[in-house]
Amino acid sequence: MKNNKIIDNLCIFLVFSFLFLPILVIILFSFNTSSLNIVFEGFTFDWYKELFNNKTLLEALYNTLIVAFVSTIISTIIGTISAYALKKYNFPFKNIILELLYIPIVIPEIVLGISLLAIYTLFKLELGLFTLILAHICFSIPFVIINVRSVLDNMDPNIEKAASDLGASKLKTFFYVVIPTILPGILSGAQLALTLSLDDVVISYFTAGPGSNTLPLHVYSIIKTGVTPDVNALITIMLLFVFVILTISTIINLKRLRRM
Amino acid sequence: MKKVIVKLEDFTKKYGEKEIIKNINLEVYEGEFITLLGSSGCGKTTILRSISGMDRPTSGKVYLDGEDVTDVDPTKRQVNTIFQNYALFPLMTIEKNIEFGLKMKKVPKQERKKRVKEMIELVHLEGYEKRKPKELSGGEQQRVSIVRGLINNPKVLLLDEPLSALDLKLRKKMQIELKQLQKKLGITFIYVTHDQDEALSMSDRIAVIKDGKIEQIGTPVEVYEKPKSIYVADFLGEANIFKGIIKDDTCICEEANIKIMPKFKNDTKVDLIVRPENVKLSKEKNSDLVGTIYEQIYDGAFTKILIKVNKKIIKAIISGNDKIYKKNDEVYLTWDVEDAIILESENNEK
Repeated sequence: MKNNKIIDNLCIFLVFSFLFLPILVIILFSFNTSSLNIVFEGFTFDWYKELFNNKTLLEALYNTLIVAFVSTIISTIIGTISAYALKKYNFPFKNIILELLYIPIVIPEIVLGISLLAIYTLFKLELGLFTLILAHICFSIPFVIINVRSVLDNMDPNIEKAASDLGASKLKTFFYVVIPTILPGILSGAQLALTLSLDDVVISYFTAGPGSNTLPLHVYSIIKTGVTPDVNALITIMLLFVFVILTISTIINLKRLRRM
Repeated sequence: MKKVIVKLEDFTKKYGEKEIIKNINLEVYEGEFITLLGSSGCGKTTILRSISGMDRPTSGKVYLDGEDVTDVDPTKRQVNTIFQNYALFPLMTIEKNIEFGLKMKKVPKQERKKRVKEMIELVHLEGYEKRKPKELSGGEQQRVSIVRGLINNPKVLLLDEPLSALDLKLRKKMQIELKQLQKKLGITFIYVTHDQDEALSMSDRIAVIKDGKIEQIGTPVEVYEKPKSIYVADFLGEANIFKGIIKDDTCICEEANIKIMPKFKNDTKVDLIVRPENVKLSKEKNSDLVGTIYEQIYDGAFTKILIKVNKKIIKAIISGNDKIYKKNDEVYLTWDVEDAIILESENNEK
């Protein structure tokens, strides 16, 4: 019995190491005096100082954040409204539309990237932040719709009837009653859209233009010359940022669960 | 003369080809507690939805307080509905839930606060203002949903099986509470249920609905003691039914010849109905109707006895639990002549 427990713990340890060791290495090397990500020579904050002088890197970060936030907000709004319409109303080809929704999720990113590029060229759109945002909205919407739909399916349909019975117009019912009820789904959809946008390489590679380099693209392009430790520093800062957000959202979720 | 508050005129509802409601005419009086009673799928909820405006009739008119509201939007009708599963807004506090109707009508905040407080006191939920619906018990949630409707001063409150999600004990308690609330406020309640006990104990009038038609409408005593059809007799409480032909004020049945009130012509085919509580049992031979004890079911305050007469099982109810009979004992059945309900058979022609 005791042996079993040791094996159990060992397994857990191995799984977690596999998941988190790479991240730990990055954090460690961001404090490395050597500029090579091979051996740890000494401790320094230099790379963090360097980071704030690296204009290209900062610009890439700025672009990434702009694209991520704008595309998340727009795709969340469109996705939520679409999910509601798909749930509530019946119209011709509804089932086909529902099936089509999964296509952007399952087709290879490279196909979507090339198609988007083809369309942009067809309409003579100049590649830049705008086309990049458009592309990100495009692949985020289905994820939002699917998330929102799943909470809508669990929503008591009588709630809307009750609201209208109490004198709320359709618009007011939507904003006062439906939105707050499905908010968890909307938020998880938005969270997914944000993460997808933040680390997208393939689609961005085709749809970004000069001056709209994003962080993943930048890192990808400097890989040939070797990743400099200031990138490690940037990633460490981003990790910290994600960690803080995750902690907050976990606390909120736990509080909500306890209240239910 | 009582004032008519809700009137349905030649109300018909079809879903596709299927006729759910068949030409119903119904008048509901101001301040009464009327129950629409019927088995599931009989159309009682459809009637309710047409009064609230959630459903439009296929043909016919709906009047509310003398005004034709057939095509009026549900948000504009002075009617509120209480739903079976409460339909409270899950993320709003109790206070906010109750306040919702007034907020939609843009009532000033001071006034809203005052009314919400009154409503909370009305159903004794003081201290629950800031809680979420999920933190309340089923009965408490139902009370919230009732005052959430009542706060709007509806002319009629529609209740769609509001107690069916509660357990028996709570349901009994809520029945009394609802009835008292209705009396106190004097608001018209239209109550939909499939539970005959609920209908009998709460209503001023009961409308028994069958297959989209009103089978009978009247006070609980009327529909229970003077049912117009076997369906009504059987649906409200339990009924022993004998079929027979009238001969000289006697009903000639397969089981026995039963004396009846002199009211029917000879050779009329009739159904004779006797309620179990009116059946008297005796070991002495005092009637033609004889059977053997088949089963005795103890139910606390009373005992239900099943008696086998020929191939038929007759039910009788006696109070207490004295096991005076044994299985297969021979007993004679009688009842007071006026306790027998006699209906002309519906299929008389055949």
